[in-house]
Amino acid sequence: MALLQISEPGQSAAPHQHKLAVGIDLGTTNSLVATVRSGVSNVLLDAHGHALLPSVVRYLPDGNIDVGYDAQAAQSIDPQNTIVSVKRFMGRGLKDIDVSNQPYHFVDQSNMLQVETRAGIKSPVEVSAEILKALKTRAENTLGGELVGAVITVPAYFDDAQRQATKDAARLAGLNVLRLLNEPTAAAVAYGLDNASEGIYVIYDLGGGTFDVSILKLSKGVFEVLATNGDSALGGDDFDRRIFCWILEHSKCKPVNAQDTRTLLTKAREAKEWLTDHANAQITSILSTGEVINLSLTTQQFNELTQTLVAKTLAPIKKALRDAQLCVDDIDGVVMVGGATRMPQIRLAVADFFKQTPLTNLDPDKVVALGAAIQANTLAGNKSDKDLLLLDVIPLSLGLETMGGLVEKIIPRNSTLPIARAQEFTTFKDGQTAMSIHVLQGERELVTDCRSLAQFELRGIPPLVAGAARIRVTFTVDADGLLSVSARETISNVEANITVKPSYGLSEQQILDMLKNSFGAAETDKQARALAEAKVDATGLLTAIQTALDQDGSLLSSKEKQAIKAKMNALRGLLDAGSGDAIHTATEQLNTATESFAAKRLDVIVSRALAGKNIDAVDL
Amino acid sequence: MNENYFALFGLSPTFNIDLTTLENRFRKVQSEAHPDRFVSGTDTEKLQSMQIATTANEAYTTLKSPALRAAYLLSLQNINAVAETNTAMPAGFLMRQMEWRETLEDAKQAGNIEMLERLLAEMRTEAKSLQTDLGKLFDEKEDLTAACETTRKLIFTDKVIADINKAIEILES
Repeated sequence: MALLQISEPGQSAAPHQHKLAVGIDLGTTNSLVATVRSGVSNVLLDAHGHALLPSVVRYLPDGNIDVGYDAQAAQSIDPQNTIVSVKRFMGRGLKDIDVSNQPYHFVDQSNMLQVETRAGIKSPVEVSAEILKALKTRAENTLGGELVGAVITVPAYFDDAQRQATKDAARLAGLNVLRLLNEPTAAAVAYGLDNASEGIYVIYDLGGGTFDVSILKLSKGVFEVLATNGDSALGGDDFDRRIFCWILEHSKCKPVNAQDTRTLLTKAREAKEWLTDHANAQITSILSTGEVINLSLTTQQFNELTQTLVAKTLAPIKKALRDAQLCVDDIDGVVMVGGATRMPQIRLAVADFFKQTPLTNLDPDKVVALGAAIQANTLAGNKSDKDLLLLDVIPLSLGLETMGGLVEKIIPRNSTLPIARAQEFTTFKDGQTAMSIHVLQGERELVTDCRSLAQFELRGIPPLVAGAARIRVTFTVDADGLLSVSARETISNVEANITVKPSYGLSEQQILDMLKNSFGAAETDKQARALAEAKVDATGLLTAIQTALDQDGSLLSSKEKQAIKAKMNALRGLLDAGSGDAIHTATEQLNTATESFAAKRLDVIVSRALAGKNIDAVDL
Repeated sequence: MNENYFALFGLSPTFNIDLTTLENRFRKVQSEAHPDRFVSGTDTEKLQSMQIATTANEAYTTLKSPALRAAYLLSLQNINAVAETNTAMPAGFLMRQMEWRETLEDAKQAGNIEMLERLLAEMRTEAKSLQTDLGKLFDEKEDLTAACETTRKLIFTDKVIADINKAIEILES
């Protein structure tokens, strides 16, 4: 048993305290929050004992905002101001969405689809932030303290724009994102750790609006994603819509208004859920026109209506197997995730494809949140053993536009993250000082068939003859799956100036404006917030350096150690009385002062990892 | 930080390597240096960890693939296997690659997945035999000129395999 750590009387035990960290499954239909307590991952319940929070946000006439069951109950009477399935709109433009059968007034603004409500024009990022705020409040009330951070899950097949939008939403909700985690990977963590599984597993994740398939190799706590594929616009919602269209066809209704659309979509969802363990479903409703709908849908009819949707999930599985260079016989188990996998026709199709019964012993609605909580607990540093490690991949290739509207791949899909790739460019004309670079994501060869991520302008290239300049552009995708770009002219070693124009999503300024609006515009508020943020950063850094000194202080000479400690004391002295700016400056100075220490530490950590195994070879 | 991919994982720079050892060493390095271990670290630590994890991924990808491993071994001897000046190929191999390409095109046109699968199996056998040759050329004979030519053959074979897979993927969806 581990010894209990007891601190000196009067000294804070803060660095060793259990840090409050949560996992959040921000779903299309429902969202959940979970945390690890006493070593067990649990979903946190609301005051009424509900685990699920319907991902529905309603802007009320009195200016308040409802999130969850109340909003869901009002969706038929107030469809335009009640946003459901907002996840489908994240990081998307108007042209990406099928707007038929949607009751909203869409606006295409700043290259991102937005919805007009009585509370003004709302971006999907703001709507998602309301859901996240509700979950944050639930967690803080239940756990009795402020959260250190959260792991938020995203579909594995989300592209850069969709991931960035999710991270922005968390920021608006005041959450510190420890990591964006792919949903199937989160499910694998919950499943794998629960069952102590080893081998190759397929995660089949059909949620409300997204489909993901991931193939993972599980071995001694390392979860290595071998390949992932999917469809970020296919989910349980589509099954509802098939029933909805069937109702319209068979009741010979005229095109219905927004309110009736919402009512019938709800009826369709109820019929789908009923058919999970019944042979037929009765669909009855009275429309606003007085028309009466009374239909009976059998399991067989439902299966026929949706067989193309079921088949649509098999193509990504084949692609993922091919990418991982595996066949069906190599698979040790198939885990079902997402509420939509309760449909019997899905389970049958998957069993038939893999020639084995899929695993359904964990609640498909909760497994993602439970896995995210386990990862959050590890990332927050609550677990001392380093057994759990997730190695995920980039779902879609990254490329650049070349001559003739073609895409040249720079980073292929299913590359393990983090990854960095550099590409050299040169100038086309004498004296050229700028160039434009277009980054795209997708598998197709034509620019028009891929998703445009950003246009970069490189400026400040020294004027040379055509072809003489060498501009090295480095693309980095971090562990969250997010892209960043840096550029350098290698002949003169000039750091080129990059202007990033994201093709979708919100600019930094828009986010700052939203933050300002949500926290009140008063100057004192802004200063108070800046001070609070500076203090959080400073405290975090002090803790991190103290930990590093405790573990590897021996790497430093006593003089070096004293220099760092002096900077630490200077910063500590400012924490109580200093201004935000002063704390910020002292934090930066401390960061700079520890650069070489960090470099030495990481080198030692890697060598230590291989210690005892051919150490001579390491020192080559 | 060590720039040599073999040294990073404590391996000797040979063509024939034990893939299980490679995988275990890779996991070991990532277990310690991955950015997940430095979420609450200093900015510098985060940057360092990011660099090591990125290099480890790149090194693992390179050493795992026989063709990339061979090209990397040559690059350590300052030989660029895929340089534009380095295109000489024996006539026999050129003939065969033309045949493979023709079969691929015919199968694509006909939408014949079975034919593509057969070609794929043939190419995989070809790749296996080239890999056996490379093991001898690098580790026993130390004949870098012949190794360079065989490496180019393997890179070409891999390219055909990738194109077949892509064609099957398009036909299946």
